[in-house]
Amino acid sequence: MRKRVLALFSMLLVFAIFAAGCGNGNETGSKANADGGDKNTEETAKGSITAVGSSALQPLVDEAANQYMSTNQGATINVQGGGSGTGLSQISEGAVDIGNSDIFAEEKDGIDGSKLVDHKVAVVGMGPVVNKDAGVEDITKKQLIDIFTGKIKNWKDVGGKDEKIVIINRAEGSGTRAVFEKHALDGATPAKAQEQDSSGTVQKIVSETPGAISYLAFSYFNDSITPLKVDGVAPTEANVETNDWKIWAYEHMYTNGEPKGLTKEFLDFILSDDIQSSLITKLGYIPVTGMKVERDADGNVKNK
Amino acid sequence: MKGESILELKDIKMTEKQWNSSTKIWTEKRGRILTFTSVSIMIMIAISILYFVASKGFSTFTVNKASIVDFFTGIEWKPGSLNELGKPIVGALPLIFGSFAVTLLAAIICSPLAVGAAIFMTEISPKFGKKVLQPVIELLVGIPSVVYGFVGLSVVVPFLREHLGGSGFGIAAGTIVLTVMILPTITSLSMDAIESVPMQIREASLALGATRWQTIYRVILKTSLPGLLTAIVFGMARAFGEALAVQMVIGNSTVIPTSFVEPASTLTSILTMGMGYTVMGKAENNALWSLALMLLLMSLVFIIIIRILGRRRVY
Repeated sequence: MRKRVLALFSMLLVFAIFAAGCGNGNETGSKANADGGDKNTEETAKGSITAVGSSALQPLVDEAANQYMSTNQGATINVQGGGSGTGLSQISEGAVDIGNSDIFAEEKDGIDGSKLVDHKVAVVGMGPVVNKDAGVEDITKKQLIDIFTGKIKNWKDVGGKDEKIVIINRAEGSGTRAVFEKHALDGATPAKAQEQDSSGTVQKIVSETPGAISYLAFSYFNDSITPLKVDGVAPTEANVETNDWKIWAYEHMYTNGEPKGLTKEFLDFILSDDIQSSLITKLGYIPVTGMKVERDADGNVKNK
Repeated sequence: MKGESILELKDIKMTEKQWNSSTKIWTEKRGRILTFTSVSIMIMIAISILYFVASKGFSTFTVNKASIVDFFTGIEWKPGSLNELGKPIVGALPLIFGSFAVTLLAAIICSPLAVGAAIFMTEISPKFGKKVLQPVIELLVGIPSVVYGFVGLSVVVPFLREHLGGSGFGIAAGTIVLTVMILPTITSLSMDAIESVPMQIREASLALGATRWQTIYRVILKTSLPGLLTAIVFGMARAFGEALAVQMVIGNSTVIPTSFVEPASTLTSILTMGMGYTVMGKAENNALWSLALMLLLMSLVFIIIIRILGRRRVY
């Protein structure tokens, strides 16, 4: 009897703690953050922050957070995925400390970007990829648009094998898809086709499905798929840096207001030469410092 | 002997008196408070979830002014954009169609298999069934749905592509994965239903000269029918709500497919796909909540069906 009561009580207790944790987690986080900012200006900041959003950026933030935490005892950085939309909405509601996004806040409907501060930490190049069987390596931009809008339905029309084209889209609202539609398809709406949730799945499907075409970030390119050249330009880091390859995006880490305390320390850490030159290239991103051009939210490009 | 038992009775009375003093009342109260707290927490959770999903789900129609008729009959799912009347385009028919198609097909394929297996394990070979088959079936329950999805993606989809043509993604692949997923649910519930048929009924049937097969077919299946139907509905409820595994193999194209190997979509697959990409409070997000509400109402329907079937269970 006593044991059972004890068990019941402990269950209730666990539940209560869990509920309290859910409710106040963000508050304590930001409070700790504020404390860190006030007290430890000369030392490393302590406390806990949360970064949420873009799954394309997640591997980088995860790895950087691990490195940061191993050298700075007492600092906790929680990194979660959830997509660019989640990152932007959570940061504009002030629910998290950092919101990760592949797209500019101005590009997303329903986000008030006025209070958000943009930190561009990396650049990610993206490109169309096809199954190896398609027999195509180079197409024109017009052909690419025609394929994705459903006007061209067979690979033989663009110089490949006689094989039906299978389009694989990313989910509507995905950061990668938004970038691809804007810069590769010139804003054209792709035909209804199957949609997949994650880059990993897309990579697997394209490598296994004859005639498949999709688009991926450079970091997901490998030997099992064929990246396409567009108008003769190869999807390489060097071409992105000069904007010869136009399908790329900044990886943004948004903060609500100017960053303070641990948030600021961590952002500085990611932007440090150390991380920019080693970790970012290692994980397949392009350092923002190496870019020879700059692009704004409206897509205007100018030389740095 | 007699004296002893009277003595014992007295002893019990004594202890009961002591109990009555204060401990018993306290124990009673304590038990009451504990159970009442648990129940009220559960009720609160249920009500708040219902309220939350309903208020969010209805706001597609109240705040964003989408038409309910379009929701059930429209075939264009583009909650992010507006139609010529300035209303969000929320034609969920392809998703509803997909959900029902995979659920019904999976139930149709799975039910005979599961009931057959249950009969084998309870009536024909109870020893082998209990020792070998039941643990195997129970093992299937424990496999996470992402594993089913991954196996579907790596094995079922390429297999269908090679043998049926098309891209392999579609209702056929979804049905196969779901069939395997709900097989253990229906089998173990069917086993319970068949096992609960009283032994006397079997004995009576055999005593009348019926063969074993006649007993199984005419007597046991008939008496356990409500239980078997409950099992199947439980399986369907699981299939209808399954998200991850289906999302991986169905292709997620919001069209009504013309063949089994053409990409389609279900309510759950579009819901999980869109979750990370929408902003709270916008039309796109509200539309996803409407899908969630639809799923919630469907599970309510399944529960009602199970209740009605359960009431019929008499021998």
